[in-house]
Amino acid sequence: MTKTADIKPYLRLERYPTIWCAGCGNGQVVGAFLRAISTLDWDPKKVVVVSGIGCSSRASGYLNFNTMHTTHGRPLPFATGIKLANPELHVVVMAGDGDTTAIGGNHFIHAARRNIGITMIVFNNGTYGMTGGQCSPMTGHACKATTAPYGNLDTPFDICKLAEAAGATFVGRGITYAPVKLESLITEALKHKGFSVIDAVTQCPTYYGRLNKMGSPADMLTWQKEHVISLEKAASLPKHVIQDKIVTGVFVKDLRPEYTTLYRRLHEQCGEDDCHD
Amino acid sequence: MTKVAAMVGTDAIAEAMRQINPDVVPAYPITPQTSIVETYAQMVADKLVDTEMINVESEHSALSAAIGAAAAGSRVMTATSSQGLALMWEMLYIASGLRLPIVMTNVNRALSAPVNIHCDHSDSMGARDAGWIQLYSEDAQEAYDNIIQAVRIAEHPDVLLPVMVLMDGFIISHSLGRVELLEDQPVKNFVGTIQPPYSLLDTKNPPSFGAFDGLHGYYFEVKRAQAQGMLNASAVIKKVGTEFAGISGRSYDFFETYRLEDAEYAIIALGSAAGTARTAVDELREQGERVGLLKLRMFRPFPAQELVDALSHIKAAAVLDRSDTLAGSIGGPVFVELRSAFYEAEKKPRLYNFIYGLGGRELDINMMKQTVETIQTGMSDGVVQSSVAYLGVRE
Ligand SMILES: Cc1ncc(C[n+]2csc(CCOP(=O)(O)OP(=O)(O)O)c2C)c(N)n1
Ligand code: SF4
Repeated sequence: MTKTADIKPYLRLERYPTIWCAGCGNGQVVGAFLRAISTLDWDPKKVVVVSGIGCSSRASGYLNFNTMHTTHGRPLPFATGIKLANPELHVVVMAGDGDTTAIGGNHFIHAARRNIGITMIVFNNGTYGMTGGQCSPMTGHACKATTAPYGNLDTPFDICKLAEAAGATFVGRGITYAPVKLESLITEALKHKGFSVIDAVTQCPTYYGRLNKMGSPADMLTWQKEHVISLEKAASLPKHVIQDKIVTGVFVKDLRPEYTTLYRRLHEQCGEDDCHD
Repeated sequence: MTKVAAMVGTDAIAEAMRQINPDVVPAYPITPQTSIVETYAQMVADKLVDTEMINVESEHSALSAAIGAAAAGSRVMTATSSQGLALMWEMLYIASGLRLPIVMTNVNRALSAPVNIHCDHSDSMGARDAGWIQLYSEDAQEAYDNIIQAVRIAEHPDVLLPVMVLMDGFIISHSLGRVELLEDQPVKNFVGTIQPPYSLLDTKNPPSFGAFDGLHGYYFEVKRAQAQGMLNASAVIKKVGTEFAGISGRSYDFFETYRLEDAEYAIIALGSAAGTARTAVDELREQGERVGLLKLRMFRPFPAQELVDALSHIKAAAVLDRSDTLAGSIGGPVFVELRSAFYEAEKKPRLYNFIYGLGGRELDINMMKQTVETIQTGMSDGVVQSSVAYLGVRE
């Protein structure tokens, strides 16, 4: 882990303070991302961060890379265009769990299916933070939300399984309680050639925490600590034991041709003239 | 007996919805509409209504679900704002093309980009040709009243069109205002029960909605019939507006005039700006200026002839638009349509357009007075200034 001071050049400090509430986990995820990227020695001019709409998606405004703040649910299509136009760029998408799995769910599975070289960091706080704590597809069953005052009837997605089934070639989950591990997961995801997904489990004390009586931000992190279990440990345990746990680690690490590489190959195969036929 | 309450606009809408008790409400949250959905979700959870509420995954799905439910013969309501309305675009046309009487509140908010959550009318004005009736509200009271009337208007057999009730984001939706609430029973009697002419649940006479009918089908006729429904809507809106006075003491028309009869100059506005304009009119009157106000409530259908009749005696008018057509120099939508309405009129005021308040930019009484000054100077100089000006923009 590099020192905090090293990430300052990556921040637009003139935009500070952030809009995030005290104790929000968004800053912890962004911190892990910046420490991860600082180890890679990438030219910041070659990095593009695309975000959707939500509290977490405000991250792009604070980052000193090429950034684009798009619309709710659509950062992946924007990012797909960017990556296809210029495959040399490192394209990172940051979005909330609502953005990724509700309104933008369709784009998520198709980006995974194509295996396009984009790193997607999902800030998973289990709710729509920005609009005031409504149910998201990641709100736990029976958990409370402003649109589910007596508990949510739905069953949430498992973002990692969803990504894996749809074809993502790198899939991992981390938590804000364990920022060093989260950082190394993100580092791996950034280095991966193909669509890489990080389910970053984070806390929204203001809505999710309050509605579900989870206490202070520190209590929410303690809750994470008490519920986390590594993939290795989980592997040997029966399903009912791990059912309510947050399983962390790398779930998928595959090699499958990356989309823009295939695209370029096709281009070369048919040659300039043929392609215009 | 009415109850007077201090309420924010979103709660006034939720309260009207509780009294109407629609069968289905599919919704997706977006600022500043969100509190309508939240308050209503609580009402559903507390069994204050029988509504089936569906928390969908996007606005496209919200209106799609509304369309399905309405085609099945239910009374359906929903609400949105800005990007949400934009995402509904495809479905807006399906709802009106299928003649489904859905009632939707749109809490006006600017459209991206750049991202902005504050009030302007670019969202609903963009949807002005989608075949929906549009009723604008000056305050929470009007929003409440409009919603109740909207149900009757939409479901009227001569109309059968969806209705959008507009309310300015934050300025009305999140400000406390005085609202006279009706008793539940008179509202229930007023809206009655829905009598759908066709229903997917009518298994004896199974209908088909929206099927492809080929190049030689009836698409053109369907559109012509839709235009007729919109034409018929005017009389129905007037009648419902008068009848509404019977239960509330407040009657509604296409527009409302204030000190306009003997006025030389007029301000034309819709939404919350009308309140600011009324105060400006009073202050200018005190200084001896003959100024009046026309507050437009009904933008779709557009009451062209009635507006011409009400304004032809005016020397010059300031037409306020909270959105821009971005079409060159023709001005905002209200201006464009009003100017077009006057094309064949013998007597017409000189019309000036003031585009104001985009993305929530403040509009105060002095700015409102400034519009009147500008048109007065324009008239006395005889110099025709540009007809379209941006009010309060940092140049
Ligand atoms: C088309 C559209 N619909 C709705 C919204 C309103 N909206 C903004 S953010 C958001 C949800 C945010 O939740 P999430 O994506 O989980 O991010 P978080 O705020 O929790 O970080 C919604 C519904 C919008 N901006 N655009
Ligand atoms: S509302 Fe929740 S997600 Fe949004 S900034 Fe506050 S704590 Fe974070």
